[in-house]
Amino acid sequence: MTVGLFIPCYVNQFYPQAAIATLQLLQKLGVEVVYPPRQTCCGQPMANSGFEHLTQDCNRLFLENFSDFDYIVAPSASCVLHVKQHLHAPTNPALAERTRSRVYELVEFLTDVLKVDNLTARFPHRVGIHQSCHGLRGLYLAQMSELNASPFSKPVQLLNMVDGLELVDLDRPDECCGFGGTFCVAEEAVSVKMGKDRVTDHVKNGAEYITSVDLSCLMHLEGILHRNKSAVKAVHIAEILNATV
Amino acid sequence: MEKSTKDHAALAEAFNQDEEHVNWHDGALWWIRQKRDIAAKNIPEWEQLRETASRIKSNVLSNLHDYLLEFEANLTKNGVTVHWAADAEEHNRIVYSILKAKEITQMIKSKSMLTEECHLNEYLIERGIDVINSDLGEYIQQLDNEPPSHIVLPCIHKRKEEIGEIFHEHLGTEKGVSDPTTLTRFARWHLRDAFISRRAALTGVNFAVAETGEYVVCTNEGNADMGAHLSDIQIASMGIEKIIPKKEHLGVFLRLLARSATGQPITIYSSHFKKPRPGQEMHLVLVDLGRSRQLGRPDFRDSLKCIKCGACMNTCPVYRKSGGLSYHNTISGPIGAILAPNLDMKRHADLPFASTLCGSCSNVCPVKINIHDQLYQWRQVIVQEGYAANTKVLGMKAMAWTLSSPGSYSTIGRAGRWVLNNIPFAVNNKFNPWYKQREMPDGPKESFGEWYAKNQGDNGSEKV
Repeated sequence: MTVGLFIPCYVNQFYPQAAIATLQLLQKLGVEVVYPPRQTCCGQPMANSGFEHLTQDCNRLFLENFSDFDYIVAPSASCVLHVKQHLHAPTNPALAERTRSRVYELVEFLTDVLKVDNLTARFPHRVGIHQSCHGLRGLYLAQMSELNASPFSKPVQLLNMVDGLELVDLDRPDECCGFGGTFCVAEEAVSVKMGKDRVTDHVKNGAEYITSVDLSCLMHLEGILHRNKSAVKAVHIAEILNATV
Repeated sequence: MEKSTKDHAALAEAFNQDEEHVNWHDGALWWIRQKRDIAAKNIPEWEQLRETASRIKSNVLSNLHDYLLEFEANLTKNGVTVHWAADAEEHNRIVYSILKAKEITQMIKSKSMLTEECHLNEYLIERGIDVINSDLGEYIQQLDNEPPSHIVLPCIHKRKEEIGEIFHEHLGTEKGVSDPTTLTRFARWHLRDAFISRRAALTGVNFAVAETGEYVVCTNEGNADMGAHLSDIQIASMGIEKIIPKKEHLGVFLRLLARSATGQPITIYSSHFKKPRPGQEMHLVLVDLGRSRQLGRPDFRDSLKCIKCGACMNTCPVYRKSGGLSYHNTISGPIGAILAPNLDMKRHADLPFASTLCGSCSNVCPVKINIHDQLYQWRQVIVQEGYAANTKVLGMKAMAWTLSSPGSYSTIGRAGRWVLNNIPFAVNNKFNPWYKQREMPDGPKESFGEWYAKNQGDNGSEKV
């Protein structure tokens, strides 16, 4: 099994430590991982702004880089969801379809494909999970609070394997943080208010760390934490699952 | 609100000037969302009910023409006069002509978002007809000369103290009185007088049953009934999408409506109106107002399944933190944002962007409208139709160019990180909306791609 490592554009530039943790974690679990160096972006920032028609080049590049792998794994639910829903190839729709079906967010790859049942990770801290909306309601990584359906959570399943980690219960377990792509600047006031309220929920309930399957949410929450000089830190779930100290 | 030229972002920013008020508004609506959750989870077959309701509405939308004619025939048989209106102007003209024929100059009206959409009150008042809204929330909004901010809870953005002020100013209550029971008693006293004295009453319609020609009006206050039962002329206005095929389908919708709206098992009054009592005249106006245009849009037709419960508003964090009036449309919130562009795409081009696409709206929707997918689709349509700002078009083209080639992307990525590290003031300034209330991310020395090239071999084997 060879996994193509898909590192979204802003993770590559701003959060290399999360990408390194993803790579090391997969290697630790015995997976052969290759990072195609010519990758850029899935095209989501344009598409969510109404410019999906400008994403053909991103689609072409994505297929060039990834269509040969058995699996494609990324530490970002949002980008994975975009690829799953919107990766198209007008001249080779079958190739696009096959590629779409092989893309996984890191957590679901660990729980559903590798079926990981134990980890040698240690993170002795109180952690609040920020459910990324695209991970939750797009990829169904956990049960959604709106539905009358049985509870489950793939991130919790993995975090429960981490030594010393204590999960924190939140007042609103799956409310959006307000990042929303270009929404975060186009609707600055509401975006920040939503982010502040999420941060308050975690802080109030005693979290030392806020973790998520999406760094875009975390970048937004971290920006608010840093502005408020908070001691609470934002950390990608891969860094916790790969932590040994 | 309807005359405002500000977009959602600007109106929402103004709403956020008073953070304590935003917290209160957010909390009040979140409390209703929680009540809705409890009600939904008390019914084991809840998800099946939603699916059933959605399918009944699919059937309605695919056979609307036939059901409307069946409904009209049965109404006529029952002695109700049926009118058809293509748009707001025609609807208002019909209502006015009914009143004028009987020389009626005063009308009482229960909650009807359709008549808000049509601006019926303004139309009638200009022609010398006095209209009073009998739903308490709408009555308060009417006194304050503001449109409703929420389709179920029209004045949810107002605190009781503000309402006390309005009552003091318009109804002469004692200054400083804000006790809800006292204020409600006062409003009731005023409204009772109107119910008794007004010869004409207009109601909205929640569900119209094609097979029987009856219609159902759901309220908690009984105000629609009081108006209708005491009237000589009873008028109902309904959008053509409110049809359901059979009476047996009502159970599905009545179980969903109040639970989704407020967490109640059922509305206090679910009143069936079928035929005029002796001496009374009943009229029903079927209004299109853009519905058939929306029906012709394959990506958006399902928006017409809406039963106006307001659950998508209560759950929407953007709605809760921006207030219904920020949407500058009668129907606000997520459902409003997918209905409004159909009515006037240029005017409402901002609304599909007033969302993070979090998807909570689609999950609470009792008729399973894929609201967040439609928001995404509307964004594509609005850009294709040329309603995006030029600066945004240029920005997106530049972004697409940068990301289309690994070379330009890594050069710009390196440059960006260098700026963050070396001249942070170039981005950390008032021209950057991100920086206003948030720090920028740190600019690491090395991207992951650069680290990988150094530390891992071409075949993925580790060098370090």
